[in-house]
Amino acid sequence: MRLRTLVWRELFERKNQLATSFVAILLGISVIVSIKNITFYSEKAVARELDALGANIMILPKSASLQDYYSSDMQDEEFPEEYVARLTTSDLQGLDNLSPKLSVPVELRGKRFTLTGILPKNEFQAKAAWQGAGIFGRPQGCGVVVKMPGVADAPAKETLVRLRVIDDLSGTEALVGADMAAALNIKEGDSVGLLGQSFTVSAVLPSTGTVDDARAFAHLHTVQKLAGKGSVINAIEVVGCCNEISKGLVQKINRLLPEAKVVTITQIVDTQIKTNGMMSKLSLLFLGIIVLVGGASIANYMYANVFERRREIGTLMALGAGSSMVLKMFLLKALLLGLVGGVGGFLLGTVLAVSLGPRIAGVPVLPMPVLVLWALGVAVAISLAASYFPARRAARLDPSSALQEI
Amino acid sequence: MLRMQSVSKSYSHRGRTVNAMDNVTLEIPAGDFVAVVGPSGSGKSTLLLVLGGMLSPSAGEVFVGGQSVYGIDPKERASLRQKKIGFVFQTFNLVPYLSALENVQVPLLIGRVDEAEQKTRAAALLERVGLGDRLDHKPSELSVGQQQRVALARMLANGPAVILADEPTGNLDPETSQEILSFLEEANREGRTIVMVTHDMRAAGKARRTLRLVDGKIVPNGESQTNG
Repeated sequence: MRLRTLVWRELFERKNQLATSFVAILLGISVIVSIKNITFYSEKAVARELDALGANIMILPKSASLQDYYSSDMQDEEFPEEYVARLTTSDLQGLDNLSPKLSVPVELRGKRFTLTGILPKNEFQAKAAWQGAGIFGRPQGCGVVVKMPGVADAPAKETLVRLRVIDDLSGTEALVGADMAAALNIKEGDSVGLLGQSFTVSAVLPSTGTVDDARAFAHLHTVQKLAGKGSVINAIEVVGCCNEISKGLVQKINRLLPEAKVVTITQIVDTQIKTNGMMSKLSLLFLGIIVLVGGASIANYMYANVFERRREIGTLMALGAGSSMVLKMFLLKALLLGLVGGVGGFLLGTVLAVSLGPRIAGVPVLPMPVLVLWALGVAVAISLAASYFPARRAARLDPSSALQEI
Repeated sequence: MLRMQSVSKSYSHRGRTVNAMDNVTLEIPAGDFVAVVGPSGSGKSTLLLVLGGMLSPSAGEVFVGGQSVYGIDPKERASLRQKKIGFVFQTFNLVPYLSALENVQVPLLIGRVDEAEQKTRAAALLERVGLGDRLDHKPSELSVGQQQRVALARMLANGPAVILADEPTGNLDPETSQEILSFLEEANREGRTIVMVTHDMRAAGKARRTLRLVDGKIVPNGESQTNG
């Protein structure tokens, strides 16, 4: 026989008393697991929506006036392209996409448009200094589109214009907005002359309903050279992770780039901040409840258990058991209670989240195996902490008073 | 084997001091079988607890096999109990949720004997007390006589040199009492030292000698040779 056999047998000896503590911890853990599971997928869904909206943070020259978010990069002022390097080599979390831009007015066939220089993604990755510490070296997390059941991926061209990041763009290629293409009857493969250089139109972008439809995009460095402005840009568009924005990403960028103005789509972020804040407060509230109710219930059960088993403890001590063995006996019991409560809570919480999540949060929810570790950790910690003092009391029991008849 | 030197034990009860043992000095050689008799509240059980390392005296010293019982730390004292002392209780004190076999395994578990040997030794001991066919029975499924026999097997599990029995026949019918006393006599013949607290003079008659305790003191000339 091992100590755990003794503990296991005792657990089933007093099933009814145990049930209350077990149910308290089971329900507490299942509610928290369920909230955490739904919150995770809800945040992912919102992140996906924000992702679909495109850049949610704009870095502009300090004196820039902000009339329209989508045309805010058309400023006369510029700032050094080196700001991009500062961001990519920083340890800021939550920068999922950066798009430095230089916009200049151009005239084509008697009509005025905007030529915007953008940096293709492959050039970010090619710069050694931007790797590792840079955004492409970071693990991709929130803000990056996650595969969701039943939600189709966006078509390639829409993704391209939405994120304003493309994989590859040579110095002689241009992308033309829908309105501009329609006004000038431009098609893919055509040649257009902009700022005195001929570009091949590699794509005509679908209509977005924004000022982007009246723009042409070319390689940033080509535009810089043609505009004769050197290594400057007049905007950096950032796809920031909404969670990080709520944790003060904008302020952190401001501290990193004090000479620039950092703006964000506040309404959308505020909604997200409120939703996330409410969910995290709810989660904390339940954690508090489980700690108090579950902990008190376990402590109460354990104290009663120690009281009931005084004679047994005294007998064990008479047979040679030391305080450490008695302590171990009760803590092992608490550990088993925590483990079973944790696993049970995880399973019940997952079933609740998967079945109720779509109704509550309107998003599909999948089981998150990683939460089993969290559930086990919390349940075991509460159970052990609540049982420590009763167990210590048992270990310190006076063996002679425990054997009352002697 | 057992020695008490000027041992006193007093309790404070509702502001009054109660002397459960008053300057008791006694020596019990190895292999002795001593019955301790006396009226209720005379300090018999206290004497047994103090001898067994379960209750520290207010004054005096206690030795088991030449080792001071209360001059060592509680951990060593627990180890001393596990190795040298076996207790028999009036109400048997079996663990209710364990089978007869598992109850006998408990001292072996405490003594860190491996599981297979625990089972072999416990089964042999239960066989010896005539319960070889009751290994898987829980205490509630056994008669009181059988329960006390399980308790005897448990007490013998670690091969104690000293047996301290508190009214071992107090809850038993005469026939079963006789059986239990026979087992104690057998253990004594094996060389184990036995101290048995009892009210039953017939049980006391089985001991080699009897000590009479009154008001926490051993009564002078109260000692009598009974047999052996």
